Amino acid sequence: MIFKLAFRNISRNPRRTGITVSAILFAVMSAVFMNSMERGTWDRLIDNIVSFHSGHIQIHAKKYWEEQSLDYSFEWTEALNKSISNINKIKAIAPRIEGFALAYNYSDTSSKGVLLVGTDPEKENNMSGLENRVCKGAYFNKEDKAVLMAEGLAKQLKILPGDTLTLISQGYHGANAAGRYPVKGIVSFGSPELNKQLVYLPLKEAQYFFDAEGLISSAVVSIENRLFLKPVLKNIKAELDSSKFEVMGWDEIMPELVQAKEMDELGNYLPLGILYVVISFGIFGTIIMMTKERQYEFAVLTAIGMSRFRLAMTVWLETVFLGMIGVSGGILISLVPVGYFHFNPINMGEQYSETFEKFGMDPLMPTSLAPDLFYVQAIIVFIITSVLALYPIVNILRLKPVEAMKS
Amino acid sequence: MKKVIITEDILKVYNPKTIPVYALRHVDLEIESGEFTAIVGPSGSGKTTLLNIIGGLDSPSGGKVWVNGQEITAMTDSELINFRKDNIGFVFQAYNLIPVLTAKENIEFVMLLQHRSKAERAQRVKELLIAVGLEDKQNSRPAQLSGGQQQRVAVARALAASPAFILADEPTANLDSKSASNLLDIMLDMNFNEGVTFVFSTHDQRVIDRARRVITLVDGLVDSDVRRPPIYLPLNNPL
Repeated sequence: MIFKLAFRNISRNPRRTGITVSAILFAVMSAVFMNSMERGTWDRLIDNIVSFHSGHIQIHAKKYWEEQSLDYSFEWTEALNKSISNINKIKAIAPRIEGFALAYNYSDTSSKGVLLVGTDPEKENNMSGLENRVCKGAYFNKEDKAVLMAEGLAKQLKILPGDTLTLISQGYHGANAAGRYPVKGIVSFGSPELNKQLVYLPLKEAQYFFDAEGLISSAVVSIENRLFLKPVLKNIKAELDSSKFEVMGWDEIMPELVQAKEMDELGNYLPLGILYVVISFGIFGTIIMMTKERQYEFAVLTAIGMSRFRLAMTVWLETVFLGMIGVSGGILISLVPVGYFHFNPINMGEQYSETFEKFGMDPLMPTSLAPDLFYVQAIIVFIITSVLALYPIVNILRLKPVEAMKS
Repeated sequence: MKKVIITEDILKVYNPKTIPVYALRHVDLEIESGEFTAIVGPSGSGKTTLLNIIGGLDSPSGGKVWVNGQEITAMTDSELINFRKDNIGFVFQAYNLIPVLTAKENIEFVMLLQHRSKAERAQRVKELLIAVGLEDKQNSRPAQLSGGQQQRVAVARALAASPAFILADEPTANLDSKSASNLLDIMLDMNFNEGVTFVFSTHDQRVIDRARRVITLVDGLVDSDVRRPPIYLPLNNPL
């Protein structure tokens, strides 16, 4: 009966209900669309960055991340590879050995500090699509004793495919590392940082170069969807000895990216907050009018034996119903633009495409369809309406039937 | 006869600390089961105040009230609400039905608060709709009913909980003479055939004429208390 009464009371003043519901609907629709656009753009950015190089998850020997030294390399056995590969939602694993080196073009006498990445060509391609980034020359294979160079670096050192690159570094436990390699291909990265410092060697040759045969510095894991990060991380950790290995998610590997995202989100909260405050006042106005109009009715209902608690519950339900109708409408309507722009992302046009492409991204801004974008709005409106419903509830609890009937 | 209402030395003073206004002065009353009592008097004599105190809607400044053997002046607010639900039926001057419920649902409402079974509720609603002559209006909302019809629904709602008595505050004040007469017939019929106790305040001479007991209040005091046989019997009274 309480539900029936609350629901029917909503229709008592259709015009007022319509205005209030429309205000909530508009607020929810705007909030969902704004959040969805922001989330979608960030998701695309993060996925791009993660897929370029870092992967979603990295497995290192304990303390490697802190020291970033080859001395903390470890053996990536077939058994280890199999146990991690069997974990659900893992798409690819690329074992790497990484270290800094000095790259030298003998014919031009130019040199540059580089990040030398030894990797399995096939697995690396599965993970980051490296082969697609080859812009000159060809992709390397497992048995090659040749390098792939980032485009910016090749330009600086004036090197073309077929030229020879000299690499000098410090290997495992201080061993001397030096070698001359033909350049098999040039790879292009969107990120300027990666473009000016990456050199790839086949894993076996890099292990030989660093005098670290059979060892890797990190196993880079790519997963099917970034949303599965936490459970996959948990499962990987369960498979490994925590005293020997450290397992890190992309958010730990690139905390600056997480901070940038959080800062951007904070900036978004302010207009949304203002929007909801304005809407709250609108709802509150309706509630005050409804409470004042129904003093006599509240008095009669308590007179005939309806407990104040039950009456308060009815009014609370009414207010929440009002909010939920607005939320449902807002969510349903927002699904149209959110769905459309998810599958047909907004194109930023030529003006911005160059900037986006610099970072290896398409100049597209898709919306996100993440469920929390929708249900969080329902929770916010539920909280707002519940808090605002305190006004009539307190009024009912303090109601003096005789005075209310006289008024 | 069982005494359903006893008031003992009821005093009601408004503004006791500034300019005291005495609404009721030491009112002692006893109302027995089955009585059809009119409380009359000029405006400001304390009729509504007395009804409110008997109904547990207002508390007296002094004195005690017993309803159905229980002292309601000693009850807490929530105890009073619960007590009213099971023991007292109210009919208000302005009908005060729940506008979003149909006639049938308005009558059923108090029984729902009493947690009565669905079958029992359906049976009682049917009986009451027949008694007040509104079987064909059971699915109409208050706004679709005339004032007289709304007041008949209000009487049915007050009777639905099978209370010890019904308090009616000027029940015919907003009705035309035909509707008022019709309502009175129904109330008298309930009183005569089912023994329902009615206590009502009124200015309406037609109601006063048909009451079996008339208590007159003047300036908060009981000026007279007259018991008499009814002048007019209800239409379907076999006598």
